[in-house]
Amino acid sequence: MSGSLMRLRGLIRKETLQILRDPSSIAIAFVLPAVLLLLFGYGVSLDARHVAFGIVVDQPSAAAASLTAQFQQSPYFAPRDFSSAAAAQAALANESIDGYMWLRSNFARQLDAGREPTIGVFVDGINANNARIIENYVQQSWSVWIAAQAIPGTAATPIAMQPRIWFNPAVSSRDYLVPGLIAVIMTLTGALLTALVIAREWERGTMEALMVTRVSMNEILISKVVPYFILGMGGMVVAVLIAVFLFDVPLHGSILVLTLAAALFMLASLGMGLLISTVAKSQFVAGQIAIITTFLPAFILSGFIFDIASMPVAIQWVTHIVAARYFVSILQTLFLAGTVWSVLVPNLFALLMMAVVFLGAARLAARKRLD
Amino acid sequence: MTAATEPATTSPIPPAPTAPAPALAPALAIVGITRRFHVGKRHVVALDGVSATTTPGLVTGLIGPDGAGKTTLMRLIAGLLRADSGSISVFGIDVHTDLLSVQGMISYMPQRFGLYDDLTVAENLELYADLQGVVPTARAARYAELMQMTGLASFTTRLAGKLSGGMKQKLGLACTLIRPPRLLLLDEPTVGVDPVSRRELWSIVDHLVRSANMTVLLSTAYLDEAERCDDVLLLHEGNLIGAGRPGDFTRAMTGRSFHVRSPHLPKRRLQATLAALPNVTDAVIEGETVRLVMDAGKTPDFSGQPTLEDVTLTSVLPRFEDRFIDLLRSRAGGAPPRRSAEATPATPTAASKTAPVIEVDHLVKRFGPFRAVDDISFAVQRGEIFGLLGANGAGKSTTFRMLCGLLPASAGRLQVDGFDLRTAAPTARGRLGYMAQKFSLYGDLSVMQNLDFFSAAYGLRGARRRARTSWALDEFELRPLRDATSRDLPLGFKQRMALACALMHEPDILFLDEPTSGVDPLARREFWQRINLLADAGVTVLVTTHFMDEAEYCDRLVIMAQGKILAQGTSEQLKQSCRDSAHPDPTMEDAFIALIQADQTKSHAEAQAV
Repeated sequence: MSGSLMRLRGLIRKETLQILRDPSSIAIAFVLPAVLLLLFGYGVSLDARHVAFGIVVDQPSAAAASLTAQFQQSPYFAPRDFSSAAAAQAALANESIDGYMWLRSNFARQLDAGREPTIGVFVDGINANNARIIENYVQQSWSVWIAAQAIPGTAATPIAMQPRIWFNPAVSSRDYLVPGLIAVIMTLTGALLTALVIAREWERGTMEALMVTRVSMNEILISKVVPYFILGMGGMVVAVLIAVFLFDVPLHGSILVLTLAAALFMLASLGMGLLISTVAKSQFVAGQIAIITTFLPAFILSGFIFDIASMPVAIQWVTHIVAARYFVSILQTLFLAGTVWSVLVPNLFALLMMAVVFLGAARLAARKRLD
Repeated sequence: MTAATEPATTSPIPPAPTAPAPALAPALAIVGITRRFHVGKRHVVALDGVSATTTPGLVTGLIGPDGAGKTTLMRLIAGLLRADSGSISVFGIDVHTDLLSVQGMISYMPQRFGLYDDLTVAENLELYADLQGVVPTARAARYAELMQMTGLASFTTRLAGKLSGGMKQKLGLACTLIRPPRLLLLDEPTVGVDPVSRRELWSIVDHLVRSANMTVLLSTAYLDEAERCDDVLLLHEGNLIGAGRPGDFTRAMTGRSFHVRSPHLPKRRLQATLAALPNVTDAVIEGETVRLVMDAGKTPDFSGQPTLEDVTLTSVLPRFEDRFIDLLRSRAGGAPPRRSAEATPATPTAASKTAPVIEVDHLVKRFGPFRAVDDISFAVQRGEIFGLLGANGAGKSTTFRMLCGLLPASAGRLQVDGFDLRTAAPTARGRLGYMAQKFSLYGDLSVMQNLDFFSAAYGLRGARRRARTSWALDEFELRPLRDATSRDLPLGFKQRMALACALMHEPDILFLDEPTSGVDPLARREFWQRINLLADAGVTVLVTTHFMDEAEYCDRLVIMAQGKILAQGTSEQLKQSCRDSAHPDPTMEDAFIALIQADQTKSHAEAQAV
């Protein structure tokens, strides 16, 4: 075995043993991703479901009962009955319900008279996004119900809008959040963990001891890249399995392309991590820089949660230097649409460029010296 | 990495390096090395035109206090730093132009030994064997040899992080020796480890040089280690102030060193009086006597000193430290600071001399199953300087923290001036001054701002605060530096300032945690002079240290190891307890080692009996 291979083997074995024995590596590589996945998979949702919704019926009638039933059957609402509008208003004020519908005493009369009845709908506008969603749901439920009443003169609306949603027919935010999350998880292992472990070597003085041996900077860098690349890809596989089998997120595209994209993204992330570690020689500083320059952008600027097209133009430009942006786009395409080459190729190419630039910069910045 | 340099790395355990071809070529040639650092706005010259050579096959000591430039020079030789000017070559090969070849010939142990705490002893060895290109077939024999040499054979599966300081040091050394280098660089290998481990390290180093013809460069701040080196380089503030054989340094002092003994003067008073005399290079307490070193060509003259009329004067052999102080004094411009023995910075409150000020009774501190402090008892009288002596990890700082009320005791009783500070009112703490390890000052504040802050923190205000601040500036000679940023001060000044801050409120009891770590010998002497004056004025002083020779300054002391007190008494009593034919004139280190060995024999016997 040549000296170089022997050194590399020794370093990689050392790195692997350290990963296996260090609780903080395991935490960042496996516990944190699991928490994030469960949090986003179960907790955080951009859909309104089981909205606490009040219903006030001033004078019970068959029509009122039928409309109430319409809301009760909907998966979007968890209706509660109130005896008066004032009681519902009070519940709205103390935030125990998000909105309510008020059917006044003339509701059945109007309907019987063949007119479209008027109802009152009140929605808590504090969370504007939520309010708009609830308003929409109420509107839809109302349209469905009124159409079914076949009121003469109003029944035949000339143009009926029939929305059809592509790629995410269930309009479930989970289906696009969970794939995007894979990018965030891999950023954690690639950039944050790598920057931290190298900073730890500086702090404990072991880097100093390594550098005085005949080891080359290439060997040191490769020994850091290989184990964390494997760790990151392992994290990716676990995340995809959880997404598909636990959260039932469909995977329409090619697994091969997914693996290729993940590998390129992992290399770009590792490049960032290595680059950070050439500047930051303490774990505290390395952690701060890694979170601000890689983790937060992967969250905010990648299109994972916020749509890039609706950002201000200047910010849109900034997103171009965020590697996660390309990977999130690839992930969402592969999971929800399939292997759409026209979208994938430019993004894959961008990831390749970023991997080359960051790894190259890390190699150039790495000096076998302390100054 | 070029192919041409490859084969050298895969040689089996190389035979002992062949003697350097050119008979008189130095192992290490350092020519006019200058290295500056920029730290923020600060501009520090770590090494200022240093030139030196070392001889192959010898142990060369790089001697100097913290901040002298030792580590910078080590790193320059190892190629970890680049010099601003000058050149370094190892066995004729320039470090700057052919770093990999140089790194193929050297091994380097950095200050924290370069070990991976989460790898076992065997895994650390395996890693360095891979890095140094030791062929697999040669490894088993080499590991066995190194483990036997370092006494680690029964610990190969233990994580390095779980080893004691002394064992880490030996493992670090074993890792650097996995492939015997031609030049071995050891950066402060003995700092903070116990004297037994220090001795073992030195015997390994001695053995290596003899059997493997290895050249060693070893840096240390302990002056007594200089005498174990074949050659020494003395560094001070980035300058080389001396080079040569330690014996030559010592011989130059012949006839200038004396022991002075007085029938009636207490040793501290005697030391203070002698230090204030003209033509005196150095006066330090040594056992029951004071070691006096005279300026070149001067003889002790006590005429006109009524208190010194009846002293006995014995000529003694010079030692290395005498010469080092001599060199520092001549650089500093001759005269040591003269300090009047009458100055009384603090007024003790009237109290009976007999009641102990600090009482510790069967004190225990457990961290989980680990007993950091294991059933210790001692008592300190008013006006006494009381020392806790032990290696890193002996339990000194834990004891301190409990006394200051910063940590609760697991069992036992402790009282400081009649209070348990953990439960006493804050006013009780006002009687106490505390100087923490590493001098906890605010680096961004100026000297004046630090003094103001600490006096305010101790509740001083108005005229009293102005008076105390002014006293501190004069007493500690800080007035010219009052607007200097604390961070930029030399270590000796930081230490002075930390002591000034601890004394702002005129405490009756002073706690000093490793107060002299790393400061140069002159600053140490000056520091102890102040402490002596305080003790004479009735202040009770409790001090921790791992410097064996500092025990001489204490009236009484305890020796601690692994949380237990091995012995207590005056330094003279402790030293006499181990006097035998092998050690007719034992040092504190001899006493310490004898005590540790006796303790190990005892616990071994107990283990057998069970």
